[in-house]
Amino acid sequence: MGFKKFIAKRAITMFGVLMATLLLTIALVGSNMDSILKQSVSLEIRQQITNDKGLLNSFKTTNDLDLYIQNQIKQRISSLGLDEPWYSPHRIGLSMYKILTLDFGHAKFLTSDTGSSDVKEIILEKLPRTILLFTTATAIISVVGIFLGTISASKLNSKIDKITSSFAIISSSFPVWWVGVLMIFVFAFLYPVFPARATPDIPPTDPGYLISLLNHMALPLITLVLIGFGSWAYLVRNFLVGVLQEDFIVAKKVIGIDDKRILFSHALKNAAPPIVTVLALSLSGSLGGAIITEAVFDWPGMGRLYYEAIGVLDLPVIIGATYVLTAFFLVSVFVADILYGYFDPRVRRQ
Amino acid sequence: MSFSSRDIWKDFSKRGTGMVGIGILVILIAVSIITFVTIPQESFKKWNDPANWLSYPKSAAPSWINYFLAQKIPEHLILMPHRSVEKIGNVNVITDSFETNYYYSSFPSDFIYKFKTTYSGSPLLQISVTRPDGIELKLDSISLPFSSTKTEYSNMVFSTDPMIAKNVQYDISMMKLPNDIHLYDDLAFSKFDENKVLQGHYVFRITMYSMGADTSVYESKLILGGKVYGLMGTDELRRDLAMGLLWGTPLALFIGITVAIGSVSVGLLYGVFAGFKGNITDESMMRFNDIIYAMPALPLLIILAVTIGNSIFLIVGFLVIFGWVGIAKVSRSMAMQIKTLQYVEASKLMGQKDHKIIFKHILPQLLPYAFASIAISVPAAITTEAGLSFLGLGDPTFPTWGQLLHDASAYNAAARGMWWWILPPGIMIAITGLAFVFIGNTIDSIVNPKLKR
Repeated sequence: MGFKKFIAKRAITMFGVLMATLLLTIALVGSNMDSILKQSVSLEIRQQITNDKGLLNSFKTTNDLDLYIQNQIKQRISSLGLDEPWYSPHRIGLSMYKILTLDFGHAKFLTSDTGSSDVKEIILEKLPRTILLFTTATAIISVVGIFLGTISASKLNSKIDKITSSFAIISSSFPVWWVGVLMIFVFAFLYPVFPARATPDIPPTDPGYLISLLNHMALPLITLVLIGFGSWAYLVRNFLVGVLQEDFIVAKKVIGIDDKRILFSHALKNAAPPIVTVLALSLSGSLGGAIITEAVFDWPGMGRLYYEAIGVLDLPVIIGATYVLTAFFLVSVFVADILYGYFDPRVRRQ
Repeated sequence: MSFSSRDIWKDFSKRGTGMVGIGILVILIAVSIITFVTIPQESFKKWNDPANWLSYPKSAAPSWINYFLAQKIPEHLILMPHRSVEKIGNVNVITDSFETNYYYSSFPSDFIYKFKTTYSGSPLLQISVTRPDGIELKLDSISLPFSSTKTEYSNMVFSTDPMIAKNVQYDISMMKLPNDIHLYDDLAFSKFDENKVLQGHYVFRITMYSMGADTSVYESKLILGGKVYGLMGTDELRRDLAMGLLWGTPLALFIGITVAIGSVSVGLLYGVFAGFKGNITDESMMRFNDIIYAMPALPLLIILAVTIGNSIFLIVGFLVIFGWVGIAKVSRSMAMQIKTLQYVEASKLMGQKDHKIIFKHILPQLLPYAFASIAISVPAAITTEAGLSFLGLGDPTFPTWGQLLHDASAYNAAARGMWWWILPPGIMIAITGLAFVFIGNTIDSIVNPKLKR
């Protein structure tokens, strides 16, 4: 199988996953969504009619008025296609199409910082902040992790190797969000170094907003790095140990190439493919975990948006955010797959 | 690739981390069993019932912190009465006196008098306190509801009752004592010229005056609310956190182990079947596997918990749905290797049925790997459930560790410095996770020759 065919196959799978996730989301929230939409339609029509004094006075009895309202609601519901159940193929197709084209509709309760209730605008406002926090964290984690991992691999069973390995195992057993609560407790209340809530208290239009945002980012960033770099170092160490046992490295040692050079240029280069793949995967994994982390730190990104939307059951936001989170997740999984296939041709042949 | 269980155990028992893991696990299981045997099941069901926790102090730190402090924090005191009965004319007088030597430098958080009584008519209950300085304060007098027949009655008198404050203020003004202190429920214990505790011997007298001779008072006790309590302290809702942590242990083990066993067995069967069958079956099964594998688990788990339900059994089921995929991938490739072995091919040629080959020849080979995977997937299950509970999407009727942390964050425990509410549940989660990681990694390094060094 050629590389192009491999990519095409992966892309089709990913698209399938996106559709399956969407379908599952719609199936899970569909019936709730319908009743909410119907309620809002009837509310809207009642309001329209009570505001129209001329129309209101043309009815002689309240029965007539009620009948008229009922008819209007029925008409509106059928014109919106709400008379069909949510699982009718026509409606599912329509809503899938709408979501695919990023038309998520309007939020019921939540708004963006600028006051818009358009779900697309809300998401576009929150997304960069999530990306900012989590890519920065992943970048720092991978640099520290690769550095520490290489050192541990070169000095197997030394003190630094043992410390790194045990730190990796211990740090990964604590839930990130719990460490977050602890960090807030220690560094925001016990020793007030950082602000407790990660949401800047000045409006986004203020020129100092970015600096304030970065200041508020410090605590979540430190927490993510603290919890993440240990297991990264451990992973890199294990990959490198595998490579260092291979014959070509031993041969180079025999020739007399200096150990440091073997480690940093030859061994690390050969361990790169799995490292890069795991990097892409861990980025996607951290996006999924963003919901709890952001809720703990009150970081104004996608995760907290999702958490808030769940709290008030704002379905359009939930569907939109799930879609965007899934899409991001899939893109990084896809990139990881492609990189792996590129570096390791054996995968393509499977 | 074949291992006998005895070989594995022999190798396992030589490894330090694995034995540490087993040790922790044994302790956790022992704690679970002790919890089930010694603590009445009712305390578990009444975890969310505020009435059950009334005789506990509010937001109290663990009592052992007093060992580290120069100025002792008042402990939670439950006082038992000395009873004296006398008859004045035809009035029956029952007096319960509670004595205590109060030598703490800070005030009790509150005090509660709790009693049950049977009476007829309408008795009068009076509460007063004699302080170390000899002053007697009348705190409260209550007439119990009239009843012409003999009835049973139980009640609690709280120090926060505004009537007590009024009575005390009246007493003070009558005695012309200096008074510029406004915390009335502290007043019984306060010096009158400054807001400090008057240390010494206190006697609380609760007197019941009744006409009938058939009046009796029982289960009478006076609770001086402390600021430290028990081994683990209490939370904002007066719940004993030691109870929550203890009940959390079997729950966490149940969630972790059930999810791990469930997802590993599903994954193992799925993967082995796909790998053994090969061709189109394999291809389509693995595509489906890919789809589940690439789904973002947490958002979907949240939606599932919100729309379908958040009972603990449902959550276990949801976690299995997202837990089996990785194991299916690995066991498929292992099955593909094993099926090319000669004895499998031979049994195929002999006309052995597929399911027999799978269950008799392939699955037993994968068992060591399965045990390692079970141990390794336990921590993830526990942390994910804790995470869901922390977001408020878990089963609120069960005091899991995540639920404790959720309550802690809901009542702003971090901002109020209530470290005893935040630290222990997280540490328990981590310790439980570590035990399984140690065990899993050790089994894995034994059965997986690649990792052997």
